[in-house]
Amino acid sequence: MAIRERLSGNEAVATAMKQINPDVVAAFPITPSTEVPQYFSQFVANGSVDTEFVAVESEHSAMSACVGASAAGARVMTATSANGLALMWEILYIAASSRLPIVMPVINRALSAPINIHNDHSDSMGARDSGWIQLYSEDNQEAYDNIIQAIRIAEHKDVQLPVMVCMDGFIVSHAVENIELLETEKVKEFVGERELEDYLLNAERPVSMGPLDLPPHYFEHKRQQAEAMKNAKKVILEIAEEYEKLTGRKYGLFEEYKMEDAEVAIVVLNSTAGTAKEVVDELRENGVKAGLIKLRVFRPFPVDELKEALKDLKAVAVMDKADSFSAAGGPVFTEIRAALYDVEDRPEIVSYIYGLGGRDVRVDDIKKVYDDLKEIVETGKVESVYNYLGVKE
Amino acid sequence: MKDKKTPLGGNVSWKETTPGGIIYDAGNATRYKTGEWRSMKPVWNKDKCKQCMLCFPVCPDSSILVEDGKMTGIDYDHCKGCGVCVEACPFNVFDFVKEE
Repeated sequence: MAIRERLSGNEAVATAMKQINPDVVAAFPITPSTEVPQYFSQFVANGSVDTEFVAVESEHSAMSACVGASAAGARVMTATSANGLALMWEILYIAASSRLPIVMPVINRALSAPINIHNDHSDSMGARDSGWIQLYSEDNQEAYDNIIQAIRIAEHKDVQLPVMVCMDGFIVSHAVENIELLETEKVKEFVGERELEDYLLNAERPVSMGPLDLPPHYFEHKRQQAEAMKNAKKVILEIAEEYEKLTGRKYGLFEEYKMEDAEVAIVVLNSTAGTAKEVVDELRENGVKAGLIKLRVFRPFPVDELKEALKDLKAVAVMDKADSFSAAGGPVFTEIRAALYDVEDRPEIVSYIYGLGGRDVRVDDIKKVYDDLKEIVETGKVESVYNYLGVKE
Repeated sequence: MKDKKTPLGGNVSWKETTPGGIIYDAGNATRYKTGEWRSMKPVWNKDKCKQCMLCFPVCPDSSILVEDGKMTGIDYDHCKGCGVCVEACPFNVFDFVKEE
């Protein structure tokens, strides 16, 4: 029997970490992820885990300690947000390129400046090319479920890549909601032990890691890393299937909400999907064929699957809670638009950057997006491709 | 499991190479021919050599070859042509010439 609880997003993530009982957690506090290492250090202090908790002096050190511990052979976790993630930048790439299966909750928050502690996705979106797998979570339940699955994904022999599990700061991290937890034994059984091919503490077969890699070999290592990311797609789905058998909760690369006969749809990540589903329900009651795609896996990018899911629509809006400052739309928009390039008679596609620095996104805001899509379908004209939603004009 | 080797050489494909560049065998630096970097080359004139052994300890690449306490030649696979041996020799035994 599953355990019914009510937890905040941060509590849910920390609880998953407690049940996983990793060998090493090295973390530095930063709002809104602070509670994750805070709760976790309590679990360490009261003996409910036997993890080595490393209280480091910065996020650069946190990720460096994670890299060292993971290379040594440990199962390693950490957590961060915003500027903390930015300070990890250099080491993020080293973790991924050294093929170290670290799992890190990222509690999404706006990057400075101006300083702002509230939610948007500019932190994790900036790290999208660091070689980490990225899973996004709508609520505390999904964050909890994603963390548990992330351990298996990261450590899979065909993958061996670190995973970020993202959820919205404050909106999810500090909101208490109902949640269904697995019994700790079931979590332990699901994640098992980290099976190691090579690790630094293996005296039987000593190895060197992180060597100098000059032009004759570097490219081949990168190509192999790219293949691991490609493999991750299949592995994510296999592990989701296994997790569904255990919990009854179904996960894919993305969630399709009322998409079967949809003519217009929005693509969105994390908690905004909850608000948008309300709008879809209301529109459906009024006879509008509206749908929604909530992206769970952004890295690897499910290019073929999204193409298939979007190809028959008449118009699509992609909502980005981050501006890439490319002057050509948000990061998710750019990639989805590229994914549709090969589709004959492809839908019109427009970009909405919204909610920066924690600006509320309400039902009315999302209605406006669907209204715009309706107008595009009716007139066959796109007035504006690149849009900012909810900004004061 | 001890027999795992790191594939090296100019034609290792991305499928054969090791994850993250992990290296399985110790002492593999000798397999990297740093002699290719050389622009100047020390040439040992055996007949003038007094076997004083002052060049041997100063060579940063262990490229002064010695057998039974006597210098036998230069390891050109690893000599980078730094010229320290040329400077150290009190008898001007080495010529220091352009690498062709």
